[in-house]
Amino acid sequence: MTELGVGSLPLGDPAFNYQEHELNERLKRLYPAVNEEETPLPRSWSPKDKYSYIGLSQNNLRVHYKGHGKNHKDAASVRATHPIPAACGIYYFEVKIVSKGRDGYMGIGLSAQGVNMNRLPGWDKHSYGYHGDDGHSFCSSGTGQPYGPTFTTGDVIGCCVNLINNTCFYTKNGISLGVAFTDLPPNLYPTVGLQTPGEIVDANFGQQPFVFDIEDYMSEWRAKIHGMIARFPIGERLGEWQAVLQNMVSSYLVHHGYCATATAFARATETMIQEDQTSIKNRQRIQKLVLAGRVGEAIEATQQLYPGLLERNPNLLFMLKCRQFVEMVNGTDSEVRCLTIRSPKSQDSYPGSPCLSPHHGASNTHLHTGGSDSPTCSNGVTPPNKSKSHSSSGSIKYPSASSSASSSSSSSPSSINYSESNSSDSTKSQPHSANSTQETSDSEMEIEAEHYTNGVVEGSSARIMNGTYKHEEILQPDDNSIGNGVTDEVCSHSRQLCGGNQAATERMIQFGRELQALNEQLCQEYGKNTTHKKMLQDAFSLLAYSDPWNCPVGQQLDPTQRESLCSALNSAILASADASARSGHGVCSAHGPSPVWFLLLRQSRQLFALAQVQVIVK
Amino acid sequence: SVKKLLKAPAVEAEVTATSRHYVDRLFDPDPQKVLQGVIDMKNAVIGNNKQKANLIVLGAVPRLLYLLQQSSSSMELRTECAVVLGSLAMGTENNIKSLVDCHIIPALLQGLLSPDLVFIEACLRCLRTVFISPVTPVQLLYTDPTVIPHLMSLLSNSLRTQEYITQIFSHCCKTPEHQTILFNHGAIQNIAPLLISPSYKVRMQALKCFSVLAYENTQVSMTLVNVLVDGELLTQVFVKMMQRDQPIEMQLTAAKCLTYMCRASAIRTDDSCIVLKTLPCLVRMCSKEHLLEERVEGAETLAYLMEPDVELQRIASTTDHLVAMLADYFKYPSSVSAITDIKRLDHDLKHAHELRQAAFKLYASLGSNDEEIRKKITETENMMDRIVSGLSESSIKVRLAAVRCLHSLSRSVQQLRTSFHDHAVWKPLMKLLQNAPDEVLVMASSTLCNLLLEFSPSKEPILESGVMELLCSLTQSDSPALRVNGIWALMNMAFQADQKVKVEIVRCLGTEQLFRLLSDPDTNVLMKTLGLLRNLLSQRAHIDQVMSSHGKQIMQAVTLILEAEHSIEVKEQTLCILVNIADGNTAKDLIMTNDDMLQKIKYYMGHSNVKLQLAATFCVSNLIWNEEDGSQERQDKLREMGFVDILHKLTQSSEPNLSDRAKTALQQYLA
Repeated sequence: MTELGVGSLPLGDPAFNYQEHELNERLKRLYPAVNEEETPLPRSWSPKDKYSYIGLSQNNLRVHYKGHGKNHKDAASVRATHPIPAACGIYYFEVKIVSKGRDGYMGIGLSAQGVNMNRLPGWDKHSYGYHGDDGHSFCSSGTGQPYGPTFTTGDVIGCCVNLINNTCFYTKNGISLGVAFTDLPPNLYPTVGLQTPGEIVDANFGQQPFVFDIEDYMSEWRAKIHGMIARFPIGERLGEWQAVLQNMVSSYLVHHGYCATATAFARATETMIQEDQTSIKNRQRIQKLVLAGRVGEAIEATQQLYPGLLERNPNLLFMLKCRQFVEMVNGTDSEVRCLTIRSPKSQDSYPGSPCLSPHHGASNTHLHTGGSDSPTCSNGVTPPNKSKSHSSSGSIKYPSASSSASSSSSSSPSSINYSESNSSDSTKSQPHSANSTQETSDSEMEIEAEHYTNGVVEGSSARIMNGTYKHEEILQPDDNSIGNGVTDEVCSHSRQLCGGNQAATERMIQFGRELQALNEQLCQEYGKNTTHKKMLQDAFSLLAYSDPWNCPVGQQLDPTQRESLCSALNSAILASADASARSGHGVCSAHGPSPVWFLLLRQSRQLFALAQVQVIVK
Repeated sequence: SVKKLLKAPAVEAEVTATSRHYVDRLFDPDPQKVLQGVIDMKNAVIGNNKQKANLIVLGAVPRLLYLLQQSSSSMELRTECAVVLGSLAMGTENNIKSLVDCHIIPALLQGLLSPDLVFIEACLRCLRTVFISPVTPVQLLYTDPTVIPHLMSLLSNSLRTQEYITQIFSHCCKTPEHQTILFNHGAIQNIAPLLISPSYKVRMQALKCFSVLAYENTQVSMTLVNVLVDGELLTQVFVKMMQRDQPIEMQLTAAKCLTYMCRASAIRTDDSCIVLKTLPCLVRMCSKEHLLEERVEGAETLAYLMEPDVELQRIASTTDHLVAMLADYFKYPSSVSAITDIKRLDHDLKHAHELRQAAFKLYASLGSNDEEIRKKITETENMMDRIVSGLSESSIKVRLAAVRCLHSLSRSVQQLRTSFHDHAVWKPLMKLLQNAPDEVLVMASSTLCNLLLEFSPSKEPILESGVMELLCSLTQSDSPALRVNGIWALMNMAFQADQKVKVEIVRCLGTEQLFRLLSDPDTNVLMKTLGLLRNLLSQRAHIDQVMSSHGKQIMQAVTLILEAEHSIEVKEQTLCILVNIADGNTAKDLIMTNDDMLQKIKYYMGHSNVKLQLAATFCVSNLIWNEEDGSQERQDKLREMGFVDILHKLTQSSEPNLSDRAKTALQQYLA
């Protein structure tokens, strides 16, 4: 069968034009908030993003299987041309089973870009599917869960992604089967997979009316959201909303040190930023040091830039010192790191700086669909061409869901390889596989571009010889030169206490004694503090294990543990500098960032999508 | 507290004194002062139940009614009186009772004849409040035959009259007679346009009217499907009202309307408005996010909708995880509600029974036909335990629903063999059978029939528990359903049973009762009794023993049935008893020596119905079977009687079963 590209179709075909018109009208009606110039909607299967056993026809809407279909290694999938835009709010497509073929091993679902196509949807990480032969749902796993009825020739299966609550449900012949998946990641593509000869399915991305009444479902959510908005108290602040919102955005950006963005925002909205840029950048430097595990330097920088700050916040200082001790164990704090690094060149094999933006939970950041993909970064849809440039720099083998299939996945030349960061099951044959978080230079929300030079490392090792080291580079407000030194050694495979260096270990022990002394001093001054005691105990306990990273208290060593400390320090600096101690969301809740508010921020686009529909329909 | 006790009567007296004053003012000779008095009274009673009760006790109602009915009263006064009465009705149930006792209903209905719309609305409002109370006898609406037509004519007057009248109708339509009266007075044509009223309240009350009118009423339902509202079919209007952005109450009531129309065969069960709209809507109503009342109503309506249709049952069983969703109905009051607040606990407790019985009903409906669904239900968390405890709950409604559910599941061979046995459901079931009301007894005994099936592992323990007396007493019940179940259970019990059990059945039932049942007016009872006889007369030794003691009566009963007007099935079953008798050693002689019976067999061999021919031929074949004593004489006798010729004829039958049987019989002569 010949595979027709979308473009190769004669434009004069009236039937095709009619269908095209229908499609445009329906998509506009269903997803009015989507700007297709920015984030195109899926309209057909991608002839480029499919396994070779898949054949496409009928304007790339019909999928047929053309492999041997001997076993699961012959499974083949195809993704839609585009991922589901977040602005849809609620997205829906249907697949009609034209023929169940030999065994009817068909899977309908969703997958992220780059997931192996020599598999059925649902078998791998970031892949989700509902299978026809057993009616099970597969949530990134080789074993399914009982979910719905089986499906076969003549059935129409629908898949609905609710981007408001990140769930997915399926329909069979217009009947909802209930939630199949929760906590879905963003940017999923509609996907189908087939496995035995004769299997043929047709997709309906909106070319035809849907069997399931998706508009009815959308109307329910619209009503819910309108109700939510209607019930939200406004009170006497009515009318000041623009100012409130601008202030909220601005102070959020300032708080987190997104200097350039904050300046741009201030320019665009003709508002003022309360803090000068130098100060913002200083805070940003300090935050970066903490996040990189270089707590000793962070303390020093804070003391220099904000004299008296830590003296006024002894609890914060103690927490920082405790963390510094932990980072010494980790081998990341500069006091020990400079002792352990023998050759600066060895740093070359660690491109990027993995710990600049720590991992936020399990789901989102592992997904590298492209350079700019960040969970907080609004819609995050990546033009496909970008991924290529990145895959060359950080190409990592992606651990396969089932061992039997791993051979086939690695042998597949077209499959794009993935990394599961810091995962313990990364294979030994890939020693540098642990981390591939890319520089996020193309995202404005991220920290501004930096240059990494090797020279800093030498400099810092020299400094420790001198015993006093200053960080001119860090203080420079316009120069972005935290060196390659900001590298997380935790990720290296030979993890040893203080990087295995004797001198460093001694330094650490000594530091521990100082810390103990500090604690006693604080006790005398302010009375017993159980939190401190616990913190100290936990930190010291690390030394009791031969492998601190895999011990009951090993959690402390995780880079994500730096985040809370980082924001505490940032808030303290802001408070002392008489800037807004809380970021913009303080406007909404009196006690720091409320989780609900963050949820709303994250979902605002999706909520907006639905709230907007009503306005347009009216 | 002593102080309070002393003070209380004083306060009481004070309040009564003020109330007294209000009533006194109603008797003022100056009409203007009376009006002012009524208006002051109106303001005094709003939201004050104590004051309302006082005024009623002090006799305000008859005076207000008098003023309301006097044509000499000003329209304003009459209206204010109706308003105050309406306010009094808003109080407790006792208030309503007092008002009804004062004949408020005829007085207000009379008031509706006035030309003044404001007055009419005030009367209707009060009538509405009185009629929606459970203590008001609805029959009062129908005593005067002119009332309903007049109400219909008032429907067009205003949004208020529409709201109040439709609300009265929907609360006062409780029987098929009420439905017919309203239908005959044009309820459908008059109310249908209100479904697109600009007022939500009017739309909602009109919709409720249709749900009560259509319930189990074919005439109404058949009419409804052809009604157009503003050019649109009524079913489509209902579908629109089920849209997911509509208020839940409206979705649920519209779903009820369509459900009732479907059950009355006005809409096909495979119609997309049922499959794709009504059913999913009702399933949604069962979800956790809705109020407990809505969930109960949703589940009950859904159970009713799909009860007779296996396809709907299959669809529902896969919709939105319904089977698992229902498990949540058993979790009230939840441990959380007990802790968080007492109000919530109270609310949960109140609805807990309703929720459980609704879930059992829905499970029963879901599992009534499909084996796969039954499996899914029994595999739901703690399902069997829940049924078992449901069987012994204090609420009769829950017990009944639980046993219905158990009955539905007991139709599964696999469940009988596994989960039913594992959870020893027969124990609570046996307990339930003692002194239960008839409706529970019918379900429980029907379930017992299934548990007594030969392959059921529960059969043995049930037999040992001494169920026989109970079953035999059921056969003497006035209710045909109970008689059937009793004899049915005995029939199942006798199937392939030991001689001991068989003797026990005959002894316990008594031959007299056995033969009385053979002349039961209910065909089902007769069929099952014949079945019992057949099961008793299996295995040669048993046949001979039973026939030696009861042969005469049995032969008589058989003769009577064969001679009487009965269905083919009954006759076939009776002939099968003869087949069994013919299989005995000594029992055979009871047929061979009865020429009349042999003539009857001969007659049925030539009958037009193949089943009867086959049974009769079987009987002959047993009689002349070679290897038995005296077969030669029997063969000779039957040859003389012309049976061989008939057998030869039957070998030419186009029915392979019959011709084969005839050939086998003829072979006995050749050997």
